[in-house]
Parts: sequence; C-alpha cells; structure tokens
Amino acid sequence: MTASTPRIADKLYRNRYLVDPGRPHIKVRPHVTPSPELVALTTVCPAECWQMNDRGQVEVTPDGCMECGTCRILCEPSGEIEWNYPRGGYGVLFKFG
Amino acid sequence: MIEERFDAIVVGAGMAGNAAAHTMASRGLKVLQLERGEYPGSKNVQGAIMYASMLEEIIPDFRDDAPLERHLVEQRFWMMDDRSHTGMHYRSDDFNEDRPNRYTIVRAQFDRWFSGKCREAGVTVLTETTVTDLIRDDSGRVLGVRTDRAGGVVFADVVVLAEGVNGLVGTRCGLRETPKPKSVALAVKEMHFLPPEVIESRFALKGDEGCVIEMVGSFSRGMTGLGFLYTNRESISLGLGCLVSDYAETRESPHALLENFKAHPSIAPLIAGSEVREYAAHLIPEGGWREIPQLCGDGWVVVGDAAHFNNAVHREGSNLAMTSGRLAGEAIHRLKATRSPMTRADLKLYETLLEESFLMKDLRKYKDLPALLHTNSRNFFLSYPELVSSAMQTWLRVDGTPKLEKEKKTVRSFVEKRSRLGLVADAVKLAMAWR
Repeated sequence: MTASTPRIADKLYRNRYLVDPGRPHIKVRPHVTPSPELVALTTVCPAECWQMNDRGQVEVTPDGCMECGTCRILCEPSGEIEWNYPRGGYGVLFKFG
Repeated sequence: MIEERFDAIVVGAGMAGNAAAHTMASRGLKVLQLERGEYPGSKNVQGAIMYASMLEEIIPDFRDDAPLERHLVEQRFWMMDDRSHTGMHYRSDDFNEDRPNRYTIVRAQFDRWFSGKCREAGVTVLTETTVTDLIRDDSGRVLGVRTDRAGGVVFADVVVLAEGVNGLVGTRCGLRETPKPKSVALAVKEMHFLPPEVIESRFALKGDEGCVIEMVGSFSRGMTGLGFLYTNRESISLGLGCLVSDYAETRESPHALLENFKAHPSIAPLIAGSEVREYAAHLIPEGGWREIPQLCGDGWVVVGDAAHFNNAVHREGSNLAMTSGRLAGEAIHRLKATRSPMTRADLKLYETLLEESFLMKDLRKYKDLPALLHTNSRNFFLSYPELVSSAMQTWLRVDGTPKLEKEKKTVRSFVEKRSRLGLVADAVKLAMAWR
C-alpha cells in the first residue's frame, strides 16, 4: 500500500447506506486467539469493516459493509462469525451497482 | 402480510428473478416477488455488460425504453505488468447495427426498469422484504417462505430462489452448500463520472458507441484475477476481481489493489479528472460446471448466481441468469398448465430445458478450466504477463543488438521462468481444458 492510498472512509462516504441502529447484521463470536481466516478479514474485507484490537482479537463494525459476503464465505463455516442480510430496506443501497 | 396464495414466489429481483417473474406472470400465473432492497437493483452489482439476445427472449422490444448505456463496438484484451500493457483490440463497424448484440448497463437503473416490466406483466413486487426461511412440510417439500415482515408468511405452489451468489436461504435450508472460497471471486469496482464527450474522445467513440477493456496481469499480484473497464454513457466502470481463496492466502487488500490499478500508467489517463460516485463490492461465482448445485426439489427451483451459473471464460453471468430464470418460468408454466404437483420429478423439466440450451453446453465445455487457472495462478496471471511485456520491449527497442540474440534472450527468459516442460505442460493443459 502506498502513502497516497486514500482512506477507506473517504471512499465509503460516497455510498448510500441506511444503517439499522443496534442491529448489526454481522457478529463475531467471542474469542481469545483468532483463526488465520479471521485475521485475514482485517485486510481482505473491501470495506475494511474488520479490525484487530490491542488485545489481539478481531472486531467488526459493519456500518460500511457492502454485503459482498466475503467474510461469510471465509469464516461462517467454522462458526466464528454470524452473517445475515440486514433487515429489508436497510444496509447498503447502491445508486449505480 | 399477504393472506392470499400464489402460483409462484420469486425470491430476489435481480436478472434471474426478474426473468422468472416476468416469464410466469406474462403467461398468466399469479406471482409474488420479494426483494430485500429499498428498490429492485439497490443490492445488485455487475460490471456491467448485458447481452441482447437473452433479454429479447423475454422482452422483445426492450430497446424502446430500457436504460441502455452504450452498444459495444470495441473489445480490448490487455496483458499488463507494472508499467506496460500488451493488447489485442477488436473493433468492427458491424457492431453498429440496428439491433446491437452487447450493451453496457448500470444495474441499479436497469433493474428498476426490468422490475417495472414485471409489474406491468402482473407480478406483485414487494420490496424491503428479506426472506428469512422456507416453510416446509415433514417430507421437506417447500410450501412457502417466511419473511422479516410482521406475520410475514406466504404460501405458493413453487418457490423460485433467485437470491444471488450468497444464497442465504437455500444454503441455510441445506438445499446447497455455501460457495467455497476457491469458487468465488471478490470484485471491487468504482463508478468514475466524466462528460460523455470526454469518454468519446478518449476511446475514439461516436454517439452511443462503447468500448470494453478486460485485463490480466501483475495488478492482481499473482492471484487469479481479472480487471475490467467498461464505458457507460457518462461514466466508466473500473474494477478488478480475484478469487477469495487467493485473497485469504495473500491477505492483499482489494481497496489498495484497486488504488494501484487506477494509478497504472495505462489506466490513469483514461480516468483522469473523473468524479468517483460509488465504490461497490460483490462476489462472482467462478467454479463453473463442477460447482453447479442441485437445481430443483419438491416445490423449489434455483436460478442465476445462486445456482452458480457463470461462464468465467466469456465473462457471462447476467445472461445465464436471465436464461435460467426464463427457463424455470417456462417449466413452471407448463407444469401448472397440466396441474402437475411441482415435485422434484416434475421440476426436472427445468433441468431438461437447461440441458437443451446453450447454458449447460457452454458451462460443460469449460468444466476443467476454472481448476486449471485457479491452481496455476502465478504462472498465468503474473509470470506470463511479465514475460510477454519484456519480450515486446526486446522486440521493439532498436539498440544494435543482433535480432538472433534478441530472440534467444526472449526464449531463454521463458524457459528460465517456467522450464521447457512447464511451458509445454501449461500449453497442453490449457488446450485440453479449452476443448
């Protein structure tokens, strides 16, 4: 990554979302040590919704999620994350798609 | 929610769902279509190229009012290293015809139009409604769907699952497996807005003519991946897709890859001065024929991306979605006409129609290609593009080196990188998979 790479927030800012407050559609199971797949999400998620906290655990903030499903494909089978579609009408709303 | 009973419920309002709903309603069936987005298209992402023939089968006069961007007159294939591209271009005035074959579209707009046509045909379309589960009897037969609306239970003779690549309902209910990381690509894309005349001058287009560039090369960092640039009327869709399994292994950031791709010296001038108005991400089924799941059961069929219908070689997805949706609709209509109970045996008619169409024939033709490209990604997506670039440069630079020496240098570079046996093996495997 080069120093000139814009922040993901500046990119997501152009998208339209209807956030469902208090009802995140992605949840991560409490863990002590994350699996390699879960750690991979901290770079592989195109919206950078996944971060590693200072205790080495992986957290998710799905507000900017584009609902692609990449994290689900990688981490749902192991039960580490729970992934649902947002309630009808909520989530990302593509203007162009 | 809705107390009445339907002939069919369609889950999803993308290409496959709209094709199925329109086909059934225009033949007189009572159809309910459920879409989780605020409007049809709001959850859908595609490049996007739309193939006319498959839409003509459903809406013959679509050109009268469909939101089409540009008809394509030029296709470019680029092999790229970090500083160059080696290209093959095909442009023909034959593509300037009365009924062009390929158009660029913007999905959110196109899907709204298509959904309008479904409503005109008599489909009851309910948006902002997420289907959460299937209702089944003790034998497993599907009777209807459960939604996230209050009291949201609806019944029908058959449920058409057009729920897209993630296919949450079908996978949760055990109708098919969750797609595997090596069978789906993650595509990221930006919409770059520019005045139409700027796009036309940069790509030497006139009027509604359009141009497509598809690329492979070092921008995917050795992952199995493809870049794309599509000209719309007043925007350029630019993006790249790589296999999810490769992303997991390399831990590359798609966001950073796209930024580097945009800065490539062959791409930057094409999008210079543009305003980015959207950044999107989506999964694409890439596993081909071998990943196609069970396509029907008692009271249900699956169509489109959810059925893993995608021709990765020819970059065809939405046309397979439309065709599978239409064929499912036709099969259900025929079964309804004979009062068949829509069992799995009855609904096999849909599979038969698919087998008779180009869809299954094409996917079967390329059944071994995904595995080949997915296991040799560094050779096909990094080494060869770099070797071709250096061969081109050696060929073109005139510096007093005897030509025979130049040729030897190029041959040596290929052999050193891949070995003679490796080169022959790659060629043979590619030819076998292509047959």
